[in-house]
Amino acid sequence: MAKTYNAGVKEYRETYWMPEYTPKDTDVLACFKITPQPGVPREEAAAAVAAESSTGTWTTVWTDLLTDLDYYKGRAYAIEDVPGDDERFYAFIAYPIDLFEEGSVVNVFTSLVGNVFGFKAVRTLRLEDVRFPIAYVMTCNGPPHGIQVERDIMNKYGRPLLGCTIKPKLGLSAKNYGRAVYECLRGGLDFTKDDENVNSQPFMRWRQRFDFVMDAIDKAERETGERKGHYLNVTAPTPDEMFKRAEYAKEIGAPIIMHDYITGGWCANTGLAQWCADNGVLLHIHRAMHAVIDRHPHHGIHFRVLSKLLRLSGGDHLHTGTVVGKLEGDRAATLGWIDLLRDSYIKEDRSRGIFFDQDWGSMPGVFAVASGGIHVWHMPALVTIFGDDAVLQFGGGTLGHPWGNAAGACANRVALEACVEARNQGRELEKEGKEILTNAADSSPELKAAMETWKEIKFEFDTVDKLDVAHK
Amino acid sequence: MSEMQDYQSSLDDVSSRKFETFSYLPAMSAEQIRKQVEFIVSKGWNPAVEHTEPENAFDHYWYMWKLPMFGETDVETILAEAEACHKAHPNNHVRLIGYDNYAQSKGAEMVVFRGTPV
Repeated sequence: MAKTYNAGVKEYRETYWMPEYTPKDTDVLACFKITPQPGVPREEAAAAVAAESSTGTWTTVWTDLLTDLDYYKGRAYAIEDVPGDDERFYAFIAYPIDLFEEGSVVNVFTSLVGNVFGFKAVRTLRLEDVRFPIAYVMTCNGPPHGIQVERDIMNKYGRPLLGCTIKPKLGLSAKNYGRAVYECLRGGLDFTKDDENVNSQPFMRWRQRFDFVMDAIDKAERETGERKGHYLNVTAPTPDEMFKRAEYAKEIGAPIIMHDYITGGWCANTGLAQWCADNGVLLHIHRAMHAVIDRHPHHGIHFRVLSKLLRLSGGDHLHTGTVVGKLEGDRAATLGWIDLLRDSYIKEDRSRGIFFDQDWGSMPGVFAVASGGIHVWHMPALVTIFGDDAVLQFGGGTLGHPWGNAAGACANRVALEACVEARNQGRELEKEGKEILTNAADSSPELKAAMETWKEIKFEFDTVDKLDVAHK
Repeated sequence: MSEMQDYQSSLDDVSSRKFETFSYLPAMSAEQIRKQVEFIVSKGWNPAVEHTEPENAFDHYWYMWKLPMFGETDVETILAEAEACHKAHPNNHVRLIGYDNYAQSKGAEMVVFRGTPV
């Protein structure tokens, strides 16, 4: 029976609240944490979010009747209490796969986190998780290489990789910068990294940086007999400029380049990831601006969603936070999104903030990158938390060594290998860490000096964004 | 605080050449090698032995010692193959591998007998 046209405003829940709906395997599912405006019932707020992130507009229009909106609409199918929070609730919404362009995280998120986030019926809104159906996953290119291929290219097995961000982040000339890279790589690191805000400033244009860094890589490889890389940051003002820099990096034989996927944008990132796959260049992804979006517990997008987005858009590495020095809840949540980056199938697990089963099929995994404020004393915890498929990046923890970068790099490499060997022997790293490192320092004066410089660490910081758990 | 030392490494000094995982630690004792073999077996990985002249260690492909020991879980057998390879090629690096056929990668790879660099 055909419908008749009635102009005017309808309550959203009449159309978009469907508690009887069973989500299809092909639906995109989303979990939002909603703070409704006072007086707005939960069902109405959930339905409003479903409507505004899919087919709805504020009033009925006659052209609605030229299509089958009941097929295309988002459906709010469940509501749940947020543990320990009476003001907010979780709304689960299913979107039919036809709403989204294939292989476009840009399109998916333009819907899911578009106008709805400024919508008046909700006071705050947070996208906690998204289930991408395997049917959608298979339309995305994903990581250009993935963990196994990168291990094969770089010839690194049975341990996490080691990196370091070159400092000072701004102001070095290209030649002095290359020196800092060379010293780190000859000391035993696998990678060094451009800082995210190093693009192509007047004090160091990208072209000279690429040339001198490549010279450093070549010499460090000949000297150590190991494969080395430096994440050449190709983040640029325009896509044309980005690709120009990427092409040059390939031309001089750089194994890996880097992009900032949020400030650079997901369109640019997806294009660059495809270029990297076509050209055999590894892609390191930094996440500047993520905290603007993911830090507030009541508004924005959770980082686990940004992690999934990156895996779909494409990158071989992604920064994930370091965990160490923070609380248990944060550790569990971080372990959750690390799994989402690396594993092929991840089960729903609320204790780690994972709201849906996620099947990645054959899509390659992404290396988790732990970077920032870490040093040799953190090594036992980092190896335990991150396992082998991670890049551990010590910036100050390498460059701040009293004898310089090479010694700092060597100290980290010795500490890493000592921890991996002990782990393989079945020893508990976090309990026996001090003994393991002290023992390794007996044959490494570089590690001994590093341990004297930084001293043992304490866990004393609280986190802003915690998992939702009952407080009553 | 320890006194500053120079970092000893150069193109000229062949002992500067490393060979990936565990090459920044002292050479492993027999007991340490055994523990790593036990680890590979405990993971369900397929052990394998390879060797190469130290000057060619940068190459992706080393010489296989026979075939990977698919399904081998006896630590003594695996150790005996590594030792036999070492005996046959005393100047070469000998590495132990744990092939993880599910990840289609190597779960472990380490030099257990160090060759004589030239």
